[in-house]
Amino acid sequence: MVYFLIFVSAILVNNIVLSQFLGICPFLGVSKKIDTALGMSAAVAFVLTVATVVTYLLQQLLNYMGQEIFGDPNTFLFLQTILFILVIAALVQMIEIMLKKVSPSLYQALGVFLPLITTNCCILGVALIVADPAQLMQKLPSTEEVTLGYNLLNGTLYALATAIGFGLALVLFAGIREQLALAKVPKAMQGTPVALLTAGLLAMAFMGFSGVA
Amino acid sequence: MNNALKTLTNGILKENPTFALVLGMCPTLATTTSAKNGMFMGLATLFVLVCSNVVISMLKKLIPDKVRIPAFIVVIATFVTIVQFLLKAYAPAVDEQLGLFIPLIVVNCIVLGRAEAFAAKNSVGLSALDGIGMGLGFTLSLTVLGLVREFLGSGMIFGAKIYDGSYATLIFVLAPGAFIALAYLMAIVNKINKK
Repeated sequence: MVYFLIFVSAILVNNIVLSQFLGICPFLGVSKKIDTALGMSAAVAFVLTVATVVTYLLQQLLNYMGQEIFGDPNTFLFLQTILFILVIAALVQMIEIMLKKVSPSLYQALGVFLPLITTNCCILGVALIVADPAQLMQKLPSTEEVTLGYNLLNGTLYALATAIGFGLALVLFAGIREQLALAKVPKAMQGTPVALLTAGLLAMAFMGFSGVA
Repeated sequence: MNNALKTLTNGILKENPTFALVLGMCPTLATTTSAKNGMFMGLATLFVLVCSNVVISMLKKLIPDKVRIPAFIVVIATFVTIVQFLLKAYAPAVDEQLGLFIPLIVVNCIVLGRAEAFAAKNSVGLSALDGIGMGLGFTLSLTVLGLVREFLGSGMIFGAKIYDGSYATLIFVLAPGAFIALAYLMAIVNKINKK
């Protein structure tokens, strides 16, 4: 039940794009066609989940080292941002190389989207949220079991659910934009402004879920 | 001199990062619930932008071409960490408000974009001016967006009450209002630029 709540909360109630404002760049950039939107969502889901697990373990290592050497787990906190972004960049490269060998067809499908993911702020954002217990607590649905059970499993599920939420928003938005391309839009509103307006309406629809979980 | 002036004003008007280049949308939408928050976010980005531009243009001959992007990211991440710790120490209230979006300056496309497009090719002085111009342009657009949202959403400007908050349209300080306010501001800028 708790795990189900994590999913409902991260996908619908606190949607990463429409209520947390993370990953807006790919949301506006690759949402002109449903096909590309699906490819991007799959690539993000894959990298986001793997990156969250790796950065979580890295954060535990930093805390442990700080505790052992200087007696304060926060000693190496200043390394967090640099290490995380480097790990994510390296991870994206590694996943790209591995996919090329293991599953060429998937590599073909994700192709161009993989390198773009490094600068997708929802990857670093979610990694930073999961690495900090206090921040993850705020994002998870507030039931007693979740509060007691802060661990890698909750963090990973939260990352996966977030990625699904990103995919849902992106595909919905791409669907609307495909229709929008046929509509007659005032000259000043063409392009980004009308896309933003659409995103605003979509965000308003998602606000209807608040209070569900 | 003329060239320097052009570099400085380029980012504020002609190539405004938010309205003309449409870069760095995440902090633009997320942190502009009030004019003050928007301004501080802009200033934090300005600091990172100027410092990373200066350092990268100094190091441009030392960094091998193949690993330039990771090298740029390390430089940027260093300054982001400095901003993060400075804010934590001297302005904890601002740090609380902006939260996650301070470390996320690392992945802000404007910073890496200027490093790649400008600082890696130009002199230290010009790169610093470019950083200041772009940073000011970003700060300006964030402050204006924050101003509009704060005024419509809570009836205040920079925290000073203008009209009764119960008549305000709450939606503008919530998530959908960010998208809608930015959409109309961008349309107005487009209209003015066309003339």
